[in-house]
Amino acid sequence: MKTFILNFILISSVVLPIPGRAAEDFVYPAQGLHTRTLAASCAACHGTNGNAVKTNAEFDATAIAGLDKAYIEQRLIDFRTGVRPATVMHRHANGLTLDEIKQLADYFSRQKPEKHTMPEPQMLKAVQDE
Amino acid sequence: MNNTADFNRRDFIKTAGVLGASVLGALAFTPHAVAMGKKPPIGRVVVIGGGYAGTSAAKYIRMWSMGSIEVVVIEPSPQFVSCPLSNLVLGGSQQISDLTFGYDMLKKHHGIQWVQDTVTAVNSDAKKVMMQRGEITYDRLIVAPGVDFIYDRLPQLQTAEAQKQIPHAWKAGWQTVNLRQQLESMPNGGVFVITIPQAPYRCPPGPYERICQVAYYLKAHKPKSKIIVLDANAEIISKKGLFTKVWANNYAGMIDYRPDSAIVSVDVQTKTVSTEFEQVKADVLNVIPPQRAGKPAQMANLLASDYPWCEVDFLSYESKTVANVHVVGDSVASGLPKSAHMATSQARVCASAIVELMQGRSPDPAPVFANTCYSFVDDKQAMHVANVYRYDAAKKIMVSAEGGGVSPAPSDKEGAYAKAWAHNIWSDVLT
Repeated sequence: MKTFILNFILISSVVLPIPGRAAEDFVYPAQGLHTRTLAASCAACHGTNGNAVKTNAEFDATAIAGLDKAYIEQRLIDFRTGVRPATVMHRHANGLTLDEIKQLADYFSRQKPEKHTMPEPQMLKAVQDE
Repeated sequence: MNNTADFNRRDFIKTAGVLGASVLGALAFTPHAVAMGKKPPIGRVVVIGGGYAGTSAAKYIRMWSMGSIEVVVIEPSPQFVSCPLSNLVLGGSQQISDLTFGYDMLKKHHGIQWVQDTVTAVNSDAKKVMMQRGEITYDRLIVAPGVDFIYDRLPQLQTAEAQKQIPHAWKAGWQTVNLRQQLESMPNGGVFVITIPQAPYRCPPGPYERICQVAYYLKAHKPKSKIIVLDANAEIISKKGLFTKVWANNYAGMIDYRPDSAIVSVDVQTKTVSTEFEQVKADVLNVIPPQRAGKPAQMANLLASDYPWCEVDFLSYESKTVANVHVVGDSVASGLPKSAHMATSQARVCASAIVELMQGRSPDPAPVFANTCYSFVDDKQAMHVANVYRYDAAKKIMVSAEGGGVSPAPSDKEGAYAKAWAHNIWSDVLT
């Protein structure tokens, strides 16, 4: 996997310009605040601060906490351009500005990888629903 | 940010015992910082509701304020039961116990104070919430009660007894289990009738996913059975092309879909519903009632005058009608899908804004967030609708960004992704 990631960065680093995108790629003020809520929105699939859970299920989402900044950025750009096929990530990558992609890459690269778990399932208690 | 998370976890695990004791006492809310021997909190946020929106708001305020804002959650239920995936209980591939969790880890990890009680009144002038067993004051209040059902036109369904016969199962729990049991008891050749209210309601694709799940179960176990759908809407309102195709291909001849079919009355004894045009008798009847913002939002006078949802400022989710009171989740009049992911996304914009506002700073003037919503069409295959939403400063609403859309077709792969979505959103909101 590591070799693959390295290869990927080398190969994909030549894919840069995105036609027709420049105009919307402006920097918002309050960038830090902007990025923290945007990044938190990724938690539904990638866990709190990018720490996706490890389970016994057939598939676990990618933990992105602490990954290389350039790697995350390039991966999102490749989802956006379609260079890398995706089931759902192209939808998200296409909705972001280039600046947001950079900020997200920076944000997640700074997160310390932590072991996050699912809460323990329980038997439903015998109380009346609403 | 890393330091923040570490700080929170260490200090709050240490003080969890103290906090637990103070909450279980006579609602004597010992401020955390006093218990921790540090400076007092800069204020208290009370959160009404421990669903996806309320838990997210509580956790992220604690994290982003580095523990400097005290957070108290009021929730009547001792457990969290996930609506997402609960339709799979009807299909038979999930048990309700797979979707039921406690709040212990969330409380412990983030030093959130918790009151298991029901809100009876909100006094926004005195900044006070009244409960059955006590009252509490707040600096800012977050109202995240989910939806309330409207029984004005269906008064027959208001009692618990009637709902045993005709469950809505639109809040996951015992009604979900009941509806599954009714399907198990239904004879082969029976008729399952589901009624869908006028949008907006919680989870736009939910009823259509439910139809797939019931069809999946009936096809395997009671193939002579039929499903009649009475939809108050003019057409399938979410993932229409995908659902239409799945019904035609996977469940051919089983599903009779009738648009523009709002129900006007219900006979509980005979399980018969009436629309303006016809009467339909069911063996198993699932009426999803029309919906509005939850009861605590009504108590706090947060509903718009001509619309039963809460209008907010989308930069902070503060109510447009009542100061220092914020609304997140399904109760918000956002024009966006009322989904779990949306609820958490809104809650975190609200949390971020509150952390800033309580320290005399301004919130992000242009928030952006994502929504991903999966629907299962059988035990394994799922399909998505996903969008990024950004604040439009001219219209003052959240609008969808380019690039959003739905799956080309349901797949096993997206089924696995949908499960991963559930595992991570549960971990995010409950640990």
